[in-house]
Amino acid sequence: MAKIVASVNVSHVPAIGAAWDNGKVSEPYWKPVFAGFDFSKRWIAELRPDVIILVYNDHASAFDANVIPTFALGCAAEFPPADEGWGPRPVPTVIGHPVLASHIAQSVILDEFDLTIINKMDVDHGLTVPLTLMFGQPTAWPCRIIPLAVNVVQFPPPTGNRCWNLGEALKRAVESYPEDLRVVIFGTGGMSHQLQGARAGLINKEWDKRFLDSLAGDGQAARAIQFIEYVRETGSEGIEMVMWLIARGALGKKVREVYRFYHVPCSNTALGHLILENAA
Amino acid sequence: MSNDTVRKEPIEGFDDIPGTTLFDAQRARQGYHVNMFCMSLMKAEHRAEFKADEDKYLRKWPMTEEQRKAILERNWGRMIELGGNIYYLSKLFSTDGRSFQFVAATMTGLTQEQYAQMMLNGGRPIDGNRSKSEWAGKENAAAGRTEGQ
Repeated sequence: MAKIVASVNVSHVPAIGAAWDNGKVSEPYWKPVFAGFDFSKRWIAELRPDVIILVYNDHASAFDANVIPTFALGCAAEFPPADEGWGPRPVPTVIGHPVLASHIAQSVILDEFDLTIINKMDVDHGLTVPLTLMFGQPTAWPCRIIPLAVNVVQFPPPTGNRCWNLGEALKRAVESYPEDLRVVIFGTGGMSHQLQGARAGLINKEWDKRFLDSLAGDGQAARAIQFIEYVRETGSEGIEMVMWLIARGALGKKVREVYRFYHVPCSNTALGHLILENAA
Repeated sequence: MSNDTVRKEPIEGFDDIPGTTLFDAQRARQGYHVNMFCMSLMKAEHRAEFKADEDKYLRKWPMTEEQRKAILERNWGRMIELGGNIYYLSKLFSTDGRSFQFVAATMTGLTQEQYAQMMLNGGRPIDGNRSKSEWAGKENAAAGRTEGQ
């Protein structure tokens, strides 16, 4: 059977993609950011996942103000990088896994998660920046990738608890797939940041650390956090962290913390990164 | 007349966060044409057409005069207040060759240098920045809340 063996949580700051694409990796500002992923690159190269389920949010790229799906699963064969206003990022096209994705979609719908099925979608920095951080710049991404887009742009987004429960449903879906596949789930976005208004630039390190600690444990404290606490304590865009709960919910009860990295600032954002493996 | 001015916050505390406009369904309706104009800039040929004559291009979208003025003036804070959302607006500032950090800085009352330095110092602290009651009666509260309390 297929199995979700690990989760990778990571911020998806667009400036990281711009720094990488414009050759700024060794500049003093960016060097510590990319160095924070040296271990992670080795870890995932050794693990050799067959499939990544990549939980991210579309930043008004594939979905506009006309259609706002709360959960949208990418079932296409491939997903080209989006033009977000400065031309598409020079990164490989994302190759999907339509058969597993369709199985997951059907399984979670029968499990009472009424998600939206997407058969044509461009993917923006929310999806491609985590891949750059974990894999650098290969000519092709080294495995199949199933995008799972979550609305965290127009509020209210799904609750943290709902996200966790979706993670559990994804786990059941993957484990009911007959082929032996090693699956890693990415939960991206966050950590504390606010990009708009007079309060822009907010960072809350203590809160972020508590969140990381909770996920590395049983996650139940993080699961119970309400919308208003995210936006008040971690900024209007800190709400992206609900997506980390999908990844945590998709692992078993007991996890082992493999790696953690936290860095301020990354443009406007507290960059957070956490790798967990199933301890069972 | 419509009841556009009646607003009930969708979640308790939603409208209490200082220096923050949270984007919900009601604000999305208000900013619909602003945001859809921004989406159009995801195509290179549209960016070229917009740059050639901004006012003419903007008239394709039935937005309010206030919204059009805010866009022409690149008044980012005003665009947000009028229903724009930062991720939609990013298509406009990317067209201008501007970054998220540049635009965030302009909304805070800080210069870009001051803002960048605040981020290098660890960002805007949470203490004193949780509730509108903490900003009440303070001049230029955002700029004054860049250091720890």
